[in-house]
Amino acid sequence: MTPSTVPELVDALLAGNRRALARVISHIENNTDLARPLLAALYPRAGRAHIIGVTGSPGTGKSTLVNVLAGVYRQRDLTVGVIAIDPTSPFSGGALLGDRVRMRDLAGDPGVFIRSMATRGSLGGLAQATADVIMVLDAAGFDRIIIETVGVGQSEVEIASAAYTTVVVEAPGLGDEVQAIKAGVLEIADIFAVNKADREGVDRTVMALKMMLSLGAPEKFQVMHHGRMLPVEIPQARTESHAWTPPIIKTIAVSGEGAVELADAIENHRLYLEQSGGRVLRDRLRAATELRMILRDYLLEKLLARTPEDVLKQTIDAVARREIDPYTAVQQLVDQVRNC
Amino acid sequence: MDRKVRVLVAKPGLDGHDRGAKVIARALRDAGYEVIYTGIRQTPEMIAEAALQEDVDVVGLSILSGAHMALVPRVIEELRRLGMEDVVVLVGGIIPDEDVPALLDMGVAGVFGPGTLTSEIVETIENALGRELA
Repeated sequence: MTPSTVPELVDALLAGNRRALARVISHIENNTDLARPLLAALYPRAGRAHIIGVTGSPGTGKSTLVNVLAGVYRQRDLTVGVIAIDPTSPFSGGALLGDRVRMRDLAGDPGVFIRSMATRGSLGGLAQATADVIMVLDAAGFDRIIIETVGVGQSEVEIASAAYTTVVVEAPGLGDEVQAIKAGVLEIADIFAVNKADREGVDRTVMALKMMLSLGAPEKFQVMHHGRMLPVEIPQARTESHAWTPPIIKTIAVSGEGAVELADAIENHRLYLEQSGGRVLRDRLRAATELRMILRDYLLEKLLARTPEDVLKQTIDAVARREIDPYTAVQQLVDQVRNC
Repeated sequence: MDRKVRVLVAKPGLDGHDRGAKVIARALRDAGYEVIYTGIRQTPEMIAEAALQEDVDVVGLSILSGAHMALVPRVIEELRRLGMEDVVVLVGGIIPDEDVPALLDMGVAGVFGPGTLTSEIVETIENALGRELA
């Protein structure tokens, strides 16, 4: 008998029933009537897991890396929940979610739960749905939760805010370091994994990352300059407050090389966050972000529900014809709702 | 509610030819479904567990090896064992006509050979889900 009511689902989920866990995630993804009561019941049970975001450009080997990383955690007797996110096609609304192909080593292990999620359109909504699914896996008792997202962009930055430790995966030969700077990886990376480290150009990729980070104390290292090795002093760019310097870990995900080192780096970061008070700070930041997102959606929904459709249509037309600017239009819409 | 139909596409058994499975996966994505592709050489246990974790509505099995009469009942049995008896099971690949009635008797909702139009598969899925939901 499959549990179907809120109390049944919650009890079964907390007792370790995987079917109930999968059903609860669907309720949240589909935003059914049960979604909110389920979230309300499970929220107090969450907060124990360490949440790890893994992001990077397509083709860097994220899924394979998640596969071996989860394997290392299983050897350490830690349970692992994985959320693998792939884009929804903007044309059909469908999605092809293929990350499980690279995670087959984890199949059949009761200590692992993998869920594929499609982006389903709205960016803010995705971030919220992801945060909710993370919370559910957390409440279900998984020790480590890994979220895998494609690329590095606005949505990924939002999703990364749900993680305590964000791993940015790079690979040699995927464009120059300017790409990485443009994409804003510096701001979100707690750890860099340079995957496919058996490939040519890996040292250049590592060096480029080191240059960007201007690692810690002045340190002499070699920079390729017109084919010659030059010792270069990198000035200290970061202040004392940045006590954590993102380590750069070389990995070869297909063979599992570097996976232990990556797991160790993640655990070091976890301990650093706990000891420095960073975890509490991130929890507060996340709570603030979450509240803002939910409030924004809620108010938008309420306002639209109380705005007659023809008024909205006329406003859109007026803005499109440049009879009114969009800021004034918004003010009028809000005033009109407030006055009724 | 943003209900999306979720479909697991899997290849049980030992044949490694997944061109057909990938084509179907793409076609179903283009039909608006969320398709979870699990790749080749899956055991019935792996397929059922993936179907459970992903909470899919449909499981599509691609079998070219001729082992369908052995593999399909084992997948269905595993799905039932995990409480997924409502899942719509479809079979595609090289299936002799004389085996089709037996597969349908086991609870398979549709059997599709080479040359099947995507629209036929979508129609079967929609009908089967409509019946389940009604």
